[in-house]
Amino acid sequence: MKLTFKGGVHPPSTKGLTKDLPIKVLKAPEKLYVPLRQHIGAPCEPTVLVGDAVKKGQLIGKSDSFVSAPVHSPVSGKVIAIEACYHPSGVKAPAVVIENDFQDEWDPEIKPVGDYTSLSKQQIRDAVKNAGIVGMGGAAFPTHVKITPPPDKEVKYIIVNGAECEPYLTNDYRAMLEYPEEIIYGLKAVMKLFDLKEGYIGIEDNKPEGIKKIEEALGDDTSVKVCVLKAKYPQGSEKHLIKAITKKEVPSGKLPVDVGAIVINVDTAVSIANTLKTGRPVVDRVVTVTGDGVNRPCNLRVAIGTPFKDIIAEAGGLKDNVKKLISGGPMMGICQYSLDTPVIKGTSGLLALTPELINDKKELPCVRCGKCVSACPMGLMPLYISMYSKAEDFEKMKKYNIMDCIECGSCSFVCPSFKNPVEYIRMGKAKLQLQSKKEGK
Amino acid sequence: MEKLIVSSSPHITGRQTTSTIMRDVLIALIPTLLAGIWVFGIRALTMVLISMAAAMVCEGLWNYIFKRENSLYDLSACVTGAMVALILPPSAPWWVFVAASAFAIIIAKQLFGGLGQNFINPALAGRAFAVASWPMLTTAFVKLGVPLPAFSSLELTDAVTGATPLYMVKTSGVIAPYSDLFIGKVPGCIGETSVIAILIGAIYLLARRVITLHAPLSYILSSALFGFIFGYEGWFTGDILFTVFSGGIVFGAFFMITDYVTTPTTKAGQVVAGILAGFLTILIRVKGGYPEGVSYAIMLVNVVTPLIDKYISPKKYGRVAKNG
Repeated sequence: MKLTFKGGVHPPSTKGLTKDLPIKVLKAPEKLYVPLRQHIGAPCEPTVLVGDAVKKGQLIGKSDSFVSAPVHSPVSGKVIAIEACYHPSGVKAPAVVIENDFQDEWDPEIKPVGDYTSLSKQQIRDAVKNAGIVGMGGAAFPTHVKITPPPDKEVKYIIVNGAECEPYLTNDYRAMLEYPEEIIYGLKAVMKLFDLKEGYIGIEDNKPEGIKKIEEALGDDTSVKVCVLKAKYPQGSEKHLIKAITKKEVPSGKLPVDVGAIVINVDTAVSIANTLKTGRPVVDRVVTVTGDGVNRPCNLRVAIGTPFKDIIAEAGGLKDNVKKLISGGPMMGICQYSLDTPVIKGTSGLLALTPELINDKKELPCVRCGKCVSACPMGLMPLYISMYSKAEDFEKMKKYNIMDCIECGSCSFVCPSFKNPVEYIRMGKAKLQLQSKKEGK
Repeated sequence: MEKLIVSSSPHITGRQTTSTIMRDVLIALIPTLLAGIWVFGIRALTMVLISMAAAMVCEGLWNYIFKRENSLYDLSACVTGAMVALILPPSAPWWVFVAASAFAIIIAKQLFGGLGQNFINPALAGRAFAVASWPMLTTAFVKLGVPLPAFSSLELTDAVTGATPLYMVKTSGVIAPYSDLFIGKVPGCIGETSVIAILIGAIYLLARRVITLHAPLSYILSSALFGFIFGYEGWFTGDILFTVFSGGIVFGAFFMITDYVTTPTTKAGQVVAGILAGFLTILIRVKGGYPEGVSYAIMLVNVVTPLIDKYISPKKYGRVAKNG
């Protein structure tokens, strides 16, 4: 029986647009906008000044805070501005603007860190931290924080997340096909940190080629187990991947490490491997450019800070009737309003949708069909939470466990009345946090 | 390129919408209607159409008078109208169907706020209203074989009326043959007699994922169990097959207790509702004054639905003890 979880939905996969297209490298454009906050945690302070010459891979922003990730120059060139720029989150944020000199010169100080087998645990952790590696699946949580749990936590499961349950996106799938060795290497480096003999890679059953490639790369190696997961959204959610593979549930309000699990994305594992082997920090990432609004869908390796317009130009431009441009997948991605917005470390895809596919229908009355309840992978009752959120009934919102919502959007996907419960739940969460702040003061 | 839309995720939705669901319910009612026409003649069709038209006119008028947005396209009024007709006897005069539909739409549905706000199943409420208002016309069933006029009302004399299987068993203990009950060759309401036709529609609804088996199955099993326990001739003497096949249990199971608005939203809650409705149905049938109890049983469960939804919540992911 295939591994899975309770609840969830089955959106059409639509990965066919790009799944067979090899990753192409997109040349870095003339100007790059590298935001100083590309991760969850403290934003970085710039370490360069306007006018400074920078090399590729050179540190340009860092923070003294532990929960943060440094930022590096994706090209060699010159810093021409440090200013607020468009950011995929929707709010402008400080960024280092770099003019590309097209010399592609790496910072000479970058040297391979070494093979993970000969490195100490601290060396591996430092390398991951210095390279600015974050969760590349989209959340962009600093990876070195994840792999440095409090000492009293016992880590038993290291899981590579290859579920890629978002429709359309194929960047993880391509990574599995093209860099299977790196994925395994990155996983093993993390396994070493906890002296574990066994690691796991979870892949949905709609990616048989990916499963095959990883198994081939493993050969006789039995220290990594490939776990075949039933294709269902949101299987790639950390909590649900852990449930499917370990049968354990992350307790409400706790972290995966509380059940002894650490989950890293496929692309993150690749980044760890690359950093150890070459010493190079994260300066680019794989982005799936797709959707019915793109003329030539593709998988691209893009320098961080590349504006969307350059990526879209490579993909043959947008169709005239594009109504939505989304950073990420269609289920959890964020709408973009400017093509000057740059790619950041968490940008897994760029999705352009035409009116045919987007949901802009008028909301109808709720008929209490309960489909959102069945679809909720967290076992919540979205219809009631969103109702109480609208009414700003904080007690009821808490009673219906609003804070447990992972905002996967399954409830909104299944709603036959075109309602968007998750939107109200997000607003409710924000209101609740504001309320508890007020009370705290 | 025009301006890009910015909105909250998710950006895609599933295919099922309120109107596709209602359309599927209408499609699922076709076999039942055909069985009704086969058993009772063309009058079955006429009355269903009259009832649907009445429901839609009421809904349209309501929207017009109160300047509400047109809601006819969601097909819910259409479904209610059809349901009302299918749970009334074919011999009732046409205006009873109109009155029942009007009550269903205006009193049971719109007065409480329209689609999604009614606390009781509108079709059942419409039927209950008709039965309470015109008991003679709505509880008399013509004998099979008596030709029914397509439209005009007929005089319900003792010569043409006969007993339903449930009336027979209650008064004389005679049980109708299972095969007649299964195919629907018995006196009864337009859409309730043919088990096989209802099942065909039910399979369609299940295949289209409009309904799940939770409420229907628990209702049928509960009715069977309590039907056996509360036998007509004493404890533990009930005839299980007769219990389930007679009256409106199968129709109620797949078309009434599956109504989204008036039944619990959780699967566990739906099972509880089914069990409760089964118990009440049998209680009314065997111990109550009426030969049949499906509609009142389900309406009673409709009323406790908010309570069920309040106390039965789904199993939450990561549920732990406070100090865990």
